[in-house]
Amino acid sequence: MLLRHTTKEIIPRKALTINPAKTCQPIGAMYASLGINSCLPHSHGSQGCCAYHRSTLTRHYREPVMAATSSFTEGSSVFGGQANLIQAINTIFTTYDPDIIAVHTTCLSETIGDDVNQIAAKAVAEGKVPKGKHVIHASTPSYVGSHVTGFANMTKAMAMYFAKATGKHNGKFNIIPGFVEPSDMTEIRRVAVAMGIKPIIFPDTSGVLNGPQTGKYKMFPKGGVTAAELTSCADSIGTIALGPLASADAARALDAKWKVPCQVQDIPIGLAATDRFINALRIAAGVSVPDIITQERGQLLDIITDMHQYFYHKKVALAGDPDHLIPLVEFLVNIDMLPVHIVTGTPGKAFESRIRELTSHLPCTVNVKAAGDMFQLHQWIKNEPVDLLIANSYGKYMAKDDDIPYVRYGFPITDRVGHSYFPTTCYKGGMRLLEKILDVLLDRMDRDAPEEKFELVM
Amino acid sequence: MSTILKDPKNIEPGTGVLPDPEEVRKEMLARYPAKVARKRSKQITVNKIEEDGSVPEMGSNVRTVPGIITQRGCSYAGCKGVILGPTRDIVNITHGPIGCGFYSWLTRRNQTKPPSDDHENYMTYCFSTDMQDQDIVFGGEKKLKAAIQEAYDIFKPKAISIFSTCPVGLIGDDVHAVAREMKEKLGINIFGFSCEGYKGVSQSAGHHIANNGVFTHIVGKDDTIMDAEYKINLLGEYNIGGDGFEIDRILKDCGISVVSTFSGNSTYDQFANSHTADLNTVMCHRSINYVADMMEIKYGIPWIKINFIGAKSTAKSLRKIAAYFEEEKLIKQVDEVIEKEMKEVEKVRLDVRSRCEGKLAMLFVGGSRAHHYQELFKEIGMKTVSAGYEFAHRDDYEGRKVIPQIKIDADSRNIEELDIKPDKEKFTPRKTAEQITALEEKGYEFKDYKGMMPDMDEGTLVIDDISQYETELLLKIYKPDIYCAGIKEKYAVQKSGIPMKQLHSYDSGGPYAGFKGAINFYKEIDRMVNSRVWGYLEAPWQKNPELSAKYVWE
Repeated sequence: MLLRHTTKEIIPRKALTINPAKTCQPIGAMYASLGINSCLPHSHGSQGCCAYHRSTLTRHYREPVMAATSSFTEGSSVFGGQANLIQAINTIFTTYDPDIIAVHTTCLSETIGDDVNQIAAKAVAEGKVPKGKHVIHASTPSYVGSHVTGFANMTKAMAMYFAKATGKHNGKFNIIPGFVEPSDMTEIRRVAVAMGIKPIIFPDTSGVLNGPQTGKYKMFPKGGVTAAELTSCADSIGTIALGPLASADAARALDAKWKVPCQVQDIPIGLAATDRFINALRIAAGVSVPDIITQERGQLLDIITDMHQYFYHKKVALAGDPDHLIPLVEFLVNIDMLPVHIVTGTPGKAFESRIRELTSHLPCTVNVKAAGDMFQLHQWIKNEPVDLLIANSYGKYMAKDDDIPYVRYGFPITDRVGHSYFPTTCYKGGMRLLEKILDVLLDRMDRDAPEEKFELVM
Repeated sequence: MSTILKDPKNIEPGTGVLPDPEEVRKEMLARYPAKVARKRSKQITVNKIEEDGSVPEMGSNVRTVPGIITQRGCSYAGCKGVILGPTRDIVNITHGPIGCGFYSWLTRRNQTKPPSDDHENYMTYCFSTDMQDQDIVFGGEKKLKAAIQEAYDIFKPKAISIFSTCPVGLIGDDVHAVAREMKEKLGINIFGFSCEGYKGVSQSAGHHIANNGVFTHIVGKDDTIMDAEYKINLLGEYNIGGDGFEIDRILKDCGISVVSTFSGNSTYDQFANSHTADLNTVMCHRSINYVADMMEIKYGIPWIKINFIGAKSTAKSLRKIAAYFEEEKLIKQVDEVIEKEMKEVEKVRLDVRSRCEGKLAMLFVGGSRAHHYQELFKEIGMKTVSAGYEFAHRDDYEGRKVIPQIKIDADSRNIEELDIKPDKEKFTPRKTAEQITALEEKGYEFKDYKGMMPDMDEGTLVIDDISQYETELLLKIYKPDIYCAGIKEKYAVQKSGIPMKQLHSYDSGGPYAGFKGAINFYKEIDRMVNSRVWGYLEAPWQKNPELSAKYVWE
């Protein structure tokens, strides 16, 4: 047994987190920064933070993840990290020549109270920032929220640093896709463009974290939202923010400062959330939904009707991020599955109440916890076993021990490929999710079937 | 732009044509701001071996230039991740915000194998106090105490350790006082490590802090003497990809008993009992030499440097261990094992060598691996043209004889050196001074490591704490056939069309230690440098973009 010490008996815990279902803010900020064209993320803290974030993102994407660090020592921790950051800015622009450095803080620099805005201004005053280049900054203390919070803070920072209204509409629509995969950002763009919308998508890691093998490495590839697009987002018709935790702050800030009206929607995972997203786009942009999108919706629905018998009343346990879990749980409920144990490490009571609402009519007890952990989830599973587990790669230990069919979903996925190339959002992504769920459920039936019940046609 | 880049030397495998390393060095430094170039110039050295065997002074274990894109991590990573990470029966609680514990959770590929399902194994778990803003403001000691109590209530482990992250030191939480109090209260061993990420200049500081802690709090607690012959400790072996299992297999065949391994596949009890061994053997000099030194002073156990990476080195190390015990029976058995194992090794080696001879390798990793793995490349005829460590000190480059000359700077001064004295009851010299001298006169080397540079060719480029920029330049200029480093470097190298082997985690491979490990490594490098995939980088229409004819459809 891999998790041999996980007992069925649940002893309440207040202080000890075991097997977290979240990580810290700076990695989310680093991921968001990689979705800006020609941008080098910079971690203002000890070297280890940067090394850990780069390693984790690299394992998930199997792509180069470049970022720099202020390399704090004991001295800088006592006297402040100003000298380190100014030297870093100079070294980065001289050596690597990005257009933008996106600085995020860490628990170290936050605890000692470094003022990054002031330090960046000093770097500009000292001529360390070449003309036309930018240093942007987000405050991302690791002891508040989670990786999702860090993503939200950097997304807001990039919009607020660059956005500047000219007073003339640009005819475009801002879409903030949330903490999703590069493949999802591409899919959201495809759907928006198919509807005749000109989107500004930020951040956009497609082309950065799912780049091709060409034999020629470029530190700053073509992908990512450009500074010009970010500047122009103040002139957009409106903003759709996908995922309340990851994207709403940026959208609301643009609304407050530049009067760009915004709507906050769930990430379009599954049927109903995609329906709402498409409908919101249609109404806000005043366009009609093209046949291709309606056809994809029909195809998704077709899989559900064709395979409903395999979904019906199967119990599911999930661990992940609130912005993903809410539409995902809704999707599972819509196809008559029973999401019974749901945990996120990210704090916030809204999560629990949304999940309660979505599952209120289910004929079973539902366990849900924000600021929970995977140890808790596993204990729930031991008390009420499930037919399917949906979690990031850490879920595999529970799946192996308790022999549970298992679909990898979320961050990080360190032992399989696919997530960076094939989306799970919009109708097409919904189809892929169902394919993955059916694969593991049917493989299990095949594995366990006695010979006389082993079926060719399922 | 310099001539090297305009006209890169065309390095055909086997021709031996290489660029002038001094020119490469100049090119590397040219782009940096003056102050950075000055600093880096001390850490980029063209290797030269003097008649007396000495090599140039190598700048190392100094601060990384902020912003330069380094490979290095932090003290916490060295302490919790590297040294204590592979020990399976201690509940390791990270005291801090969630990230540090999360990132060091199961990511290093150290394998562990409890004897049965009833034995403890906490390595699959991540324990953290997940500090929140109120803990930063009001202090986290209360939460830490509660976390230890909860861990005890749920798991009843024999030991709990606490790892401090950056904010812990800043807000002044006293993890050692908490550890003492809870140890008293719960009656199990509880100890803390002040391994805040900002300590020192790299993971190396964390290794030292971990060595001190393990030595102070665990080693020497169990005096049971194992009923076995030829008892050794294996220090600095972390069982990545199962290396330790392969070494254990070979040692067992030789009749040598391992009391404890620091720290691959290890347990608390092995550490507690490790002072009963007859000899300490050191694999990774950088990460563990402190424990070896301290055990020698306190308990009288001599230490030797060994290396199980490379078939020849493995054979040499086994013979060195046998020679220490000075018994014919052991020497004979070791020779038999080597002879038996080398048959298969040679068969594969010669086959692989026929396809790898003359190819170029570069290694930038660790505190000993960049040295050890050159042996394996040598065995299949590959040449290491450039290498360097991520977090080593001068002695790892130049040999231990430079230790007295190493200047203590502000960063290293803060890492505690324990003042160790011989233990009044437990100090028993394993060899008399006369025996030691007699062995030394026969050429036996105790307590010595000659470093990486004397083993490298003259004119090779030695680079400490290499930056991403320097890496890219090396790839452009030398076009090596393989580049070895860690996960962060991997895909930028491969996207340049050059295969990249991780030597921290071995990608998904291993073991690479010992005889079977050598075979695995030869095959792996053969697979990588001779893969067809690198021939597909250009699509047919990129190779021949001109349309010379077209189909007529009717």
